[in-house]
Amino acid sequence: MARIAGVDLPRNKRTEVGLRYIYGIGPSAARALVERAGVDRARRVQDLTEDEVNRLRRLIENEHKVEGSLRTETSMNIKRLMDIGCYRGLRHRRGLPVRGQRTHTNARTHKGQRRAIAGKKKAPRK
Amino acid sequence: MSRSIKKGPYIDDKLLLKIEVMNSKNEKRVVKTWARASTISPEFVGHTLAVHNGNKFIPVYITENMVGHKLGEFAPTRLFRGHGGKLADKRSRF
Repeated sequence: MARIAGVDLPRNKRTEVGLRYIYGIGPSAARALVERAGVDRARRVQDLTEDEVNRLRRLIENEHKVEGSLRTETSMNIKRLMDIGCYRGLRHRRGLPVRGQRTHTNARTHKGQRRAIAGKKKAPRK
Repeated sequence: MSRSIKKGPYIDDKLLLKIEVMNSKNEKRVVKTWARASTISPEFVGHTLAVHNGNKFIPVYITENMVGHKLGEFAPTRLFRGHGGKLADKRSRF
């Protein structure tokens, strides 16, 4: 059982793909890690030897910000923006898009589910 | 696209000059400025600048965290009073 950075890797995926289940490791980081650790990237996670897992673990622990500490850093960055009262911080506070996107329509990813507006008539369905 | 590194940050020359004079005299005074596009340089820390928002001057106290941001980011140009409702109607009458 390969357990790296507090995450259980899926056992029957290719190593290259399995590593991406760790928050903070995407396609390119995973590929680089596999290469640097000298692991065949097509090998399944369950077929890795203890030694190979340890090499990967060491690389990740020493050089990558992953999981908890990465999440903390991101939220600290956002908190900083909110605390200094700059435009980007204000947008974060209001839950609106931060990078100048339109809000007349769309922007649902950041705004979340539509909220009903009191007193607004529904458009007649035809 | 972000600004070329080669040029360095854009800092309003006149504003920087004023701040430097104030720093050398160790005084603090609110400086009115229209230079919203100017980057906040470390020299500004601790001063209060009145940044124009197109209507009036918004006092901005510069802290260390703000270095690297632009002055305009701290003086919003739009005022959103919310949509519809009785509350908004009342406010809009004034």
